[in-house]
Amino acid sequence: MSGNKQCAIVGIGETPVGKLHGVSTQALHLQASARAIADAGFEHTQIDGLLTNQPIHDPMRSYSVVLAQALGLHVTYMTDLALGGATPVAMAQQAAMAINAGLCESVLCVHARNQATKKELPNRGGDIRDGNEDYDEPYGFLGAVANHALMASRHMAQYGTTTEHLGAIAVAAREHARLTPGATMQKPMTIEDHQNSRFIVEPLRLLDCSLVSDGGAAFVVTSAERAKDLRQTPVYIKGMGQHHPHANTAQARELSELGGRISSEQAYRMAGVKPGDIDFAEIYDCFTITTLITLEDYGFAPKGEGGPWVAEGHIRPGGSLPVNTHGGLLSHAHMEGMTHVTEAVRQLRWDAGEGRQVDGARLGIVSGHGGAGSMHTTMILER
Amino acid sequence: MNNEAVKVDEAAYGRPVPKIEPEAAPYWESLRQHQMKVQRCDACQEWMFPPTTLCPFCYSEELSWHEVSGRGSVWACVTMHRAYLPAYQDDVPYNVSIVELEEGPRVWSNVVGVAPSDIQVGMPVKVRYDDVTDGLTLARFVEEQSG
Repeated sequence: MSGNKQCAIVGIGETPVGKLHGVSTQALHLQASARAIADAGFEHTQIDGLLTNQPIHDPMRSYSVVLAQALGLHVTYMTDLALGGATPVAMAQQAAMAINAGLCESVLCVHARNQATKKELPNRGGDIRDGNEDYDEPYGFLGAVANHALMASRHMAQYGTTTEHLGAIAVAAREHARLTPGATMQKPMTIEDHQNSRFIVEPLRLLDCSLVSDGGAAFVVTSAERAKDLRQTPVYIKGMGQHHPHANTAQARELSELGGRISSEQAYRMAGVKPGDIDFAEIYDCFTITTLITLEDYGFAPKGEGGPWVAEGHIRPGGSLPVNTHGGLLSHAHMEGMTHVTEAVRQLRWDAGEGRQVDGARLGIVSGHGGAGSMHTTMILER
Repeated sequence: MNNEAVKVDEAAYGRPVPKIEPEAAPYWESLRQHQMKVQRCDACQEWMFPPTTLCPFCYSEELSWHEVSGRGSVWACVTMHRAYLPAYQDDVPYNVSIVELEEGPRVWSNVVGVAPSDIQVGMPVKVRYDDVTDGLTLARFVEEQSG
């Protein structure tokens, strides 16, 4: 890393995921946080930085200060970050920057959500608008599926990518989820199951879409120096990148390539590694097409050839580049990218367990993706 | 043109309608007049959409409104099989496309008069103005036969 101090992720914490009845969004934040702090071997009084992301279901002004009080933290640096699914990786980056700036030494990053049971909880309302609604909603264009279906439309028209190619990504995610205790989806899935699932926004089918989940996860970032004498094998942040190419799909320069190319180039350069050095990838997979485009943008397959490449099985368990080793948003749970980070850490601690552990993993890459393919973050982690 | 000219009645359309910011009023008023106008920067001649007050290319604030031809092509297209609002329940399945106007800017719209499954990226289209309420006109598109 190009900063003065290298930083490491030294603690991870997760709540159960799925449908969690009778648990508030704040309670999930607290559980994930306490577990991450304990996993690091810290007392909560040793945490002096806090990064949060507004919970979608329960937005409030300045969530970080609400959570700091509830966790009994007295921090010298905190803020809410708002990059959608690009936030978790951005949190790790922001933590490293704050540590390097001398504002704090050990930063708790946490996010949780109640998307599956939100109707059972008080309705707090207050949706934040995206800025395009005046121009797309009157034409019946709404929702994340539609935005990502446009990406699939472009990719298919330009490169001949097929719905079966996307199905290979869904099937690989399910195979990984079946190796992951606690993953939401455990039922086997075939390409035929994918092809038989109904269109939601064509060309995307139900099984191209991520889950709707409750749960939360957290991780702790500290300086490499501080990491040396903690409980866990430190997982070092070696490279970081961001790129945010557009705000909305109509004004995007392109939708078959997103921010991942420039973001990953920055991260590879910082880490001094290349795509061929990476042992596994945790790729933000709100939809199968997101995984496909990101794998190409990250240099694992040439642009336009990602479909046939995933169909060859590279991303499956035991493949040349296992992708989303916990099952991802598609089959594990939709934790908005938090569990992509915690799973990468688990893999690099060699703690993922029989069948799922990538043998001898030393380098992993994690992506974040937010909005209408608008926001992208990358981090390269090393054991 | 002034803001008073554009009042849209959500109840009459039964679907979401734009809440019109001051800089966007000339756009919606142009649709009401059945002549689509889009902003172009006087300084660098770049087109821009949605309406704004600062050219993101050269930072000029001198933007003016120009009528466009209403011709273009489908840049990306999807078929909505699910109604994300009850108001769209009777409409599914329907097309939503991003149409690239021949002048360059792109807009969200519906290509109508063609089965959604027959709409493809690259298809030439031309505008059709739909007066959905007294105050609101939408710019939809129909296939333009080539040759």
